[in-house]
Amino acid sequence: MIHAKDINEKTPWQELTPGGEIYEAGTARLYNTGTWRTDTPFFKQENCKHCMLCVPYCPDSAIPVQDGKRQDFVFMHCKGCGICAEICPFEAIEMTPGGAPK
Amino acid sequence: MSIRYNQKREAEKQPRLTGGHRMCAGCGAGIVVSGVLRALEPEDRAVVVNATGCVEVSTFMYPYTAYMDSFIHSAFENAAATCSGVEAAYNALKRRGKVDGTVKFITFGGDGGTYDIGFQSLSGAMERGHDMVYVCYDNEAYMNTGVQRSSSTPRFSRTTTSPVGSVQPGKRQQKKDLTEILVAHNIPYVAQTAPIGNFRDLHLKSHKAIYTAGPCFLNILAPCPRGWDYPAAKLADIIKLAVDSCVWPLFEVEEGQWRVTYTPKKKLPVEDYLRSQGRFRHMFQPGNEWMIEEAQQQIDQKWERLLERAGG
Repeated sequence: MIHAKDINEKTPWQELTPGGEIYEAGTARLYNTGTWRTDTPFFKQENCKHCMLCVPYCPDSAIPVQDGKRQDFVFMHCKGCGICAEICPFEAIEMTPGGAPK
Repeated sequence: MSIRYNQKREAEKQPRLTGGHRMCAGCGAGIVVSGVLRALEPEDRAVVVNATGCVEVSTFMYPYTAYMDSFIHSAFENAAATCSGVEAAYNALKRRGKVDGTVKFITFGGDGGTYDIGFQSLSGAMERGHDMVYVCYDNEAYMNTGVQRSSSTPRFSRTTTSPVGSVQPGKRQQKKDLTEILVAHNIPYVAQTAPIGNFRDLHLKSHKAIYTAGPCFLNILAPCPRGWDYPAAKLADIIKLAVDSCVWPLFEVEEGQWRVTYTPKKKLPVEDYLRSQGRFRHMFQPGNEWMIEEAQQQIDQKWERLLERAGG
């Protein structure tokens, strides 16, 4: 079976999955929406209290948590909306101009 | 089934709506969908159904799916019917011992696919009593196609098909009260919520809706930075204003019992909410004071009626 990562605009229809069905979960993770950013959040780890308030407010599930600790942003998915920086009670997130992570 | 809410524990769950979907930056719908799916117990599977709309076109573009669960979409007007069919098929297979484990059925539709176009199929599925949850992410217009008014758009709101000018003051009609219409279906659980605070309200209502047997309905406010015309980063402020001004009250109706789940410490004037968004900007022009007065009256009336129903 052909996998999502191998499908692109040049893939002939004969090689696509029957009926255009998708057999793998969460393949959208392969897609880079980080290029949409005009502002970029900067995670100031030393200020973070790991309260996790920012996690559910991220529309792009771009704030991973591991072993009770908030990790740095997934910049491949973050679109730079800035909701997290507004919601953070501890000033642990700062928005910086431009699309590139600081 | 009541549960304790632990925000840290919930944040650690693997998201069931992944990144890489194409919703706009700061989209309220993305937050709503991932928030509802987080209420699923990790060991349970789900079938996610979509009505045509923002969420559908941006989360499921071949060969990319943003869901960790099974997904089906067929058309704009029949999301609830599609979901009820999947649920019936699952029950038939289960009777024959061909599937095991717990599978939950969750439909997401925008206000266009729920208040308007999918209304009859929603009503039918709720009445037939399927074990499913229908979630409306209410962004109060047809945002996917460029902000056309829907029956959920509030009165006076500016959209591309209810423009503001000398002929009309934005949308002329009132917002339809869909949550109340669903209560009138006499189903086990109906609730109105929003992604607010530490998500306790949204999470507990989602969990209750998913794990209550029979048809359940959630109406969830989902701000749209493009259509409502506000800076995307301000989402949490906008929601707080909507709830604290009682424009979007948080309540639930369980087996016919109304309960207000959040009462603002200080009820804010509706003006504060309206001022936060460009779609209401014209209401603040000289000579248009009557619009704000009328909006305030409407909100006060509805809030009083809700308190009465919930027994004061």
